[in-house]
Amino acid sequence: MLLSVENLEVSYGHIKALHGISFHVDEGEIVALIGANGAGKSTTLKAISRLISVQAGNIRYEGKNLLDFAPHDVVKLGIAHVPEGRRIFGNLTVMENLKLAAYNRKDREGIAQDFERIFALFPRLAERKEQRGDTLSGGEQQMLAVARALMTRGRLMLLDEPSMGLAPVLMRDLFRVLREINEAGTTILLVEQNARMALKFAQRCYVLETGNIVLEGPSSELAQNPAVQAAYLGG
Amino acid sequence: MTYILQQLINAVQLGSIYALIALGYSMVYGVLRFINFAHGDIFMVGAFLSYFAAVLIKRLAGATAIPTALIFVGSMLLAMLGTALITLSIERIAYRPLRRYRLSVVITALGMGVFLEHMTLVIVGPWRISFHPLITETVYKVVGVSISTTQLVIIFVSILLMLILEFIVRQTKQGMAMRAISYDREAVPLMGVNVDHIITLTFAIASCLAAAGGLLYAHAYPIIEPYMGIMVGWKAFISAVVGGIGVIRGAMLGGYILGFVEIAAGAIFPSRMRDLISFVVLMIVLLAKPTGIFGLPLRQKV
Ligand SMILES: Nc1ncnc2c1ncn2[C@@H]1O[C@H](COP(=O)(O)OP(=O)(O)OP(=O)(O)O)[C@@H](O)[C@H]1O
Ligand SMILES: [Mg+2]
Repeated sequence: MLLSVENLEVSYGHIKALHGISFHVDEGEIVALIGANGAGKSTTLKAISRLISVQAGNIRYEGKNLLDFAPHDVVKLGIAHVPEGRRIFGNLTVMENLKLAAYNRKDREGIAQDFERIFALFPRLAERKEQRGDTLSGGEQQMLAVARALMTRGRLMLLDEPSMGLAPVLMRDLFRVLREINEAGTTILLVEQNARMALKFAQRCYVLETGNIVLEGPSSELAQNPAVQAAYLGG
Repeated sequence: MTYILQQLINAVQLGSIYALIALGYSMVYGVLRFINFAHGDIFMVGAFLSYFAAVLIKRLAGATAIPTALIFVGSMLLAMLGTALITLSIERIAYRPLRRYRLSVVITALGMGVFLEHMTLVIVGPWRISFHPLITETVYKVVGVSISTTQLVIIFVSILLMLILEFIVRQTKQGMAMRAISYDREAVPLMGVNVDHIITLTFAIASCLAAAGGLLYAHAYPIIEPYMGIMVGWKAFISAVVGGIGVIRGAMLGGYILGFVEIAAGAIFPSRMRDLISFVVLMIVLLAKPTGIFGLPLRQKV
């Protein structure tokens, strides 16, 4: 087991966002977490990358208790979080955004290879290396956000709604690249509102409803589940 | 014509010092969205530490004659080190625990400024100390305009420091992290960057520039006293705002603008009106462009 979350509880003030959820991700898998607005998907990812404090429960990654780590140290452990809304540094160029993501790396050659790999995966970024982040289109920003996660050399990638705001063509491209990244050895935990996409992409899936996991299983099974079809796949 | 050129040189000299100090306000604001109102007093501490460092170096040298240039550089480096240590202690003890309480931390900064003034008062007494220049003064005459080594050194050292700063901010990964923090601080840890380290580094750089400013100021106006940082601090702060606070080049530009305005005001109006006129001019600039000349990069909406 690469990542395991046990009885995780998170509150914002008096409002409880997660009521003790448990799930796990195995090495090499693609796992999806689906749910409606406000279900607690982003909260779960932020708890894993230690951006928010946790009231109860445990988060283990490669046997380590993540609750002992600060957010920048979680990145060093190999967890790359692509946050909701991309969060590109608009005042930095594309290249600088990528270099910043390699902040803790000292392997010059590896970094150079990763730049090449990224520009092969995302040719549009290669054309825009010196452009400021805030001049990129939404889709290009999403590519850059994924590319940054690659630069941190994450072994586990947490993706928060990468399909948001993307045209269908771009979305298909992005998921094709994400699958390549997974096949090259990166484990993926994907958060999505677009359940149809998530179920197609992931091997296993958890359904989150107002802070509780209500369903889980292989994606193919969940896609056949009448409750899932009614609630998330439009009948 | 020579008169104007002469005043222009004076303006560049004064503006360079304001720019060095303004940068400190601006950089700290960039990473923390916080005005460090103790920064003017940090500048004063820098001037005093330069004074004591020079005394110390001369004492250590004893009978051996060492070049004044070496004493100058040595004093500046020691003053930078000492000032940075004091600033980092203040940040650690007084600012960091209060960082989330925006108003309290500003009040604390004002308090730390008063604290520094009075500590200095207690240590050195209420006397005005005359600063023995560490630059051998020679005056050159170029087409009727006189320019002294002191002026040349002040301008040269300031510009050199600003170029070094520009390099750090543009080319190093720490500089990239600083700029990223000023845009979207919450997202920076996700890049593996320890934000506290970068904030510490920012304060350290800001106080080094202020210390250099203190040493240079003491060469232009060789009297130092515990309250010398108040007015200079306000002026540098306003320069930073006029240039666009949070923007490095804005602070530089703002410093030079104030230098020019002040010298011009002093040349045209009676000298007691100088500060009044400069503040009025800066206020007019702000009314025309409330976010400063280079504007403030708005924090990304999430
Ligand atoms: N900073 C915050 N302060 C207070 N409440 C919050 C905060 N962030 C999230 N919440 C609340 O926690 C709950 C879960 O939010 P979360 O962002 O995890 O939902 P989500 O599943 O990611 O939704 P979406 O699909 O809209 O992104 C919501 O009710 C939300 O209002
Ligand atoms: Mg969300």
